[in-house]
Amino acid sequence: MRFAGNTLLTLVLIFLIGPFVIICIAGLSGGETLAFPPQGLSLRWVQRVFEIESFRSAFWLSISLAIGSTLLALILGIPAAYALDRYNPPMAETIRNIVTAPIIVPGIIVGLALLRHLVVPLGIPITLALIIGHTALLVPYAVRVVSASLINLRTDVEEAAVMLGATRLQSFFKVVLPNIRSGILAAFIIGFITSFNQVPISLFLTGPGITTLPIGMMFYMEFNFDPSVAALSGLLAIMSLAIVMLAEKLLGLSRYV
Amino acid sequence: MSDFLKLEKLTLNYGGPTPAVENLDFSMQASELVALLGPSGCGKTTTMRAIAGLMKPASGTIMLDNRDITRVPANKRGVGLVFQSYALFPHLSVFENVAFGLRLARVSSADIKRRVDAVLASVGLSHLADRQPRELSGGQQQRVALARSIVVEPKLLLLDEPLSNLDARLRLEMRSELSRLQDELGITMIYVTHDQAEALALADRIIVMREGRIEQSGTPEDIYERPVSIFVANFMGFENCFELTGGKLKGIAPAGFETGSAAGIAWRPHAVLLGQGAHKGTVVGASYLGQVVEYLLSTPLGDIKAEALASAPRHGMGEEIAFDLPQAGAVLLARR
Repeated sequence: MRFAGNTLLTLVLIFLIGPFVIICIAGLSGGETLAFPPQGLSLRWVQRVFEIESFRSAFWLSISLAIGSTLLALILGIPAAYALDRYNPPMAETIRNIVTAPIIVPGIIVGLALLRHLVVPLGIPITLALIIGHTALLVPYAVRVVSASLINLRTDVEEAAVMLGATRLQSFFKVVLPNIRSGILAAFIIGFITSFNQVPISLFLTGPGITTLPIGMMFYMEFNFDPSVAALSGLLAIMSLAIVMLAEKLLGLSRYV
Repeated sequence: MSDFLKLEKLTLNYGGPTPAVENLDFSMQASELVALLGPSGCGKTTTMRAIAGLMKPASGTIMLDNRDITRVPANKRGVGLVFQSYALFPHLSVFENVAFGLRLARVSSADIKRRVDAVLASVGLSHLADRQPRELSGGQQQRVALARSIVVEPKLLLLDEPLSNLDARLRLEMRSELSRLQDELGITMIYVTHDQAEALALADRIIVMREGRIEQSGTPEDIYERPVSIFVANFMGFENCFELTGGKLKGIAPAGFETGSAAGIAWRPHAVLLGQGAHKGTVVGASYLGQVVEYLLSTPLGDIKAEALASAPRHGMGEEIAFDLPQAGAVLLARR
């Protein structure tokens, strides 16, 4: 029984980590094409990643888009979560479901709908369209995660602040925000990674000359089948890992999530 | 001398069919400690929240220190509130919890240090100033909540069941500490509780509430010795209460004394005489309480609770004993 359990655990771990390891090794290939096992090891494709201009511009667009749309989603999502939790507005359940809809509706439909009915008719520029699309995608995550940490904060703590002379706004900034800080950080990380890796919505909203990194990588692979995409994937995975570890180190994230 | 706090025709409504509090009138003097006493749901906490400004009255006015505060927001009333759950700020140290109100009032940091240190010393927590609230015991959290409220020198301090989350020994300790602080600081306080012993021990005046109205208001002696109704009598430990119809006790006329137009009559368990008298009852329960043994008797009048000294011969279960309800220990109740 114990042996079977350990075997299962090992298989699950291999399944989870395997692709990551394979990609990393493939990215270190010395050969000309993407293959596993690689033909010899070298850092030439890792180096090549930094030389491809389209990757560089796409990387910076993706980073700014991820940070910008996550911040926007938090600015919209935190008050929404607060209002849903504290004021229990009429139809709170319906509102909650609507807010969650973008998680359920496939991204490809959201992307198409945004393109056909918002971006094209109004002539919205590509960057703005991307920000709108990603923010819409991330708001549900922000509302969900922030709600979860708000539930743990009792309302009488806010009332206590008011009784000590705080306005409702002061009590929000001095008492509520510091106490849901970890929830906000968790929402930020989830939002950032979701946006950064987002393909289906971006696919519809990117345009000539302006593209996010995952889309850029897709297009690159259509014409070039070299290991640079694998090398880039490995670098991105390491970057994500570093962000999560830094957050864990700074704020003890795992205590809250 | 005009009243320090005055509630006039205060009606409070949560949106239900009947108001939580209806046409409440009461007033209190500066430096007085008034207990709002009643079972849960009687409107005492609602009344307190309205005085604090956390709830808008449907009608009526609240005057504090000659100023109409009915429409004044909670943070501008100069009223402090100690919550039943303490409601300490989890992200701030003990010192910062206490300093919170002073920082909002933009008191200079030297003054903050001085005042917070002083108030922490007076509640005996100086050594814990740097701790986080979650590291404190219930009693210590209670003291921080109290210190946090008094350091801003409110005109009126409201305490919502402040001792109900503490164990019995701590409760007694905190009770005498509250008493001492009130004497020292002379703060006007309203103390909300469902515990009659707490109210008796602390209050200058007790207001017993029932279903959103004031049932009786008076000194602890008034309430304890001269309850006006069966409700108050029951609440103050008169375990044997009987309704009177036309001055007569159901079934049996009270032996030889005038009940006038009273609606009820009551005896405390220790006022019931055991072993002699006109009535008979069967022992159906006995609890040893240390000094005394409390017997539950099944009688034609209904269940009677009676006390006898523990040193007296004990009565066994099922034993039939005579008892008397003497005029000396009886209290007549004007209302049901």
